[in-house]
Amino acid sequence: MVAIIRKELADYVTSIRFLAFILLVIVLSITGLMAASQGIRAANLPEGIVFLGLFTTSGTVLPSLTYLVSLLIPIIGIALGFDAINSERTGGTLSRVLAQPVFRDSVINGKFLAGVAILSIMVGTMLLLVSGYGLRMIGVAPTHEEVIRLFLYFVVTIFYGAFWMGLAILFSVLFRRVAASLLFSLALWLFFSIFIMLIAPAIASALAPASESAQYELQRTILLFSPNYLFQEATTVLLVPLVRTFGVVAESVQPYWLHNPLSLGQSILVVWPHITGLISLSAVCFAASYILFMRQEIRAT
Amino acid sequence: MSEILAISTQELTKRYDGVTVVDHLNLQVKENEVFGLLGPNGAGKTTTILMMLGLTEPAEGSVSVLGYNPTREPLKVKRQVGYLPERVGFYENLTARENLRFIADLNGISYAEANRRAEEVLKMVGLTESELIENSGRNLKIEKTVGKFSRGMKQRLGIAEVLIKRPKLVFLDEPTAGLDPKGINQLLDLIAGLPKAGTTVVLSSHQLYQVQRVCHSIGILAKGKMVIQGAIDKLGREALAGGRFQIEVETENPDDKLIKALQDIKGVVSVEAKDDILGISTDADLRREISKAIVENNFPLIQMKVQEFSLNDIYMKYFREE
Repeated sequence: MVAIIRKELADYVTSIRFLAFILLVIVLSITGLMAASQGIRAANLPEGIVFLGLFTTSGTVLPSLTYLVSLLIPIIGIALGFDAINSERTGGTLSRVLAQPVFRDSVINGKFLAGVAILSIMVGTMLLLVSGYGLRMIGVAPTHEEVIRLFLYFVVTIFYGAFWMGLAILFSVLFRRVAASLLFSLALWLFFSIFIMLIAPAIASALAPASESAQYELQRTILLFSPNYLFQEATTVLLVPLVRTFGVVAESVQPYWLHNPLSLGQSILVVWPHITGLISLSAVCFAASYILFMRQEIRAT
Repeated sequence: MSEILAISTQELTKRYDGVTVVDHLNLQVKENEVFGLLGPNGAGKTTTILMMLGLTEPAEGSVSVLGYNPTREPLKVKRQVGYLPERVGFYENLTARENLRFIADLNGISYAEANRRAEEVLKMVGLTESELIENSGRNLKIEKTVGKFSRGMKQRLGIAEVLIKRPKLVFLDEPTAGLDPKGINQLLDLIAGLPKAGTTVVLSSHQLYQVQRVCHSIGILAKGKMVIQGAIDKLGREALAGGRFQIEVETENPDDKLIKALQDIKGVVSVEAKDDILGISTDADLRREISKAIVENNFPLIQMKVQEFSLNDIYMKYFREE
């Protein structure tokens, strides 16, 4: 399996795709930094979470880094996986590789792990770039807690990217044509990132027209089916400790609500379901493509 | 040629969606021979090969390859067996050497050893340095990526890649497709030399002339069943001459006395004279006795030969009947 990972990594690193990714990482980091430089002063964050503001504050026109990441990670994941298996099949290399003394699952495991490695390199580079230049810019060092929060954000982002990559690999096992697997992955991405946002309020208002709070809860329940939404909520809570809940809070409780940042443990408690949801989604995607691939016939043509 | 079996199958059967592709196949390939697997398109040759490699599971029956069961112990089989698919594919963005090194890496061969073997097998299949290097106009040595290879070069690279693991058994599916006549000759010579190096070859092909040139024995498949199997010369006699030898003798003005003398040799079935040529049908190879009889009767022996059967004749006989 090491041989396959090595080759996949070498392939990625020397491909034009990877060059585009690196450019993307640089552009994202610059945009995020510029947004933060415009907005971080106005955000007026309490002490202890200022450094996180580098990643979460948006500028006058520029969106925040976390928003950009949530938008682009799926695209990167899809780009890493959409032709993993079917391009080998149409190229005639799959039967050759499988005729070598390797287990069949090594092929798909190797591809998946190599993709995860590339994802980690990209996200890691971006976070370190922004941290470094951001530190120079604002002159406020991160606290221990902020470092841990950033690390958790890194892990969740990798899982989110792995979900989309797993989905793309699943389609590349299912469909013989590269174009088909790419289109299906992009269609699902469009559905989860845009259409579900449009559909959810409509369904909610149709099902619960009377109560506004019930409508909101219902809408959020539908949205939580979207991995994009799961990721957005999870990362918001992780990086903006001021956020306590996404649910409806009764008016009678609101006066007692303290506007101070949550501690790390409490923030994790809030997004624990999100994180487990994301991890299980990526596991399900990968497992499905794994099982399908193991059962497929390897006819050359 | 040893009598140890490299491959044997018992009642091997494979069905795809209820259609029987390979039907209770019994096949034996001896060690260190070149075995030709013949048959029309869709006869189940590729499926049979895939089952022997453990890439496809048989529905019924069993296979034994080099003493292992490929379904149970695929890695042990694949470590010693090479396979050249009908449509060879390479990573087109890599060079020939990089492709070879990757396959070597998958076989657990060290980097240094892989480089050494790569040079060795490239030489064996006749891929020269000038073919592998891109003509960039400058004095730089840039290796071509496989995407820029011709069909014949890819085919030869495919053979090189099969040989890099020094296999004990190789399956070649249509190895000469896309090669020019010179390349075909080189490849056939290479294949014919493999048994001496301890490699058994199973060759699947439609080019009957080529199969006849290199194969020791053949098996003909039709609709997933083995129609006929055995050594080529024996099959020819059985198929076309009722198991007899056809010996042709050229002499001068043969008379009835000579023909009578020839007919008296034990084992001679019939003698036919046509001008100066005698056609003799025998039960065994009686050339020694026949030549002795001719000379003793004071006739000149100008030429004598055992009629050879072309594989084409054998093949056509079995498929005319359908």
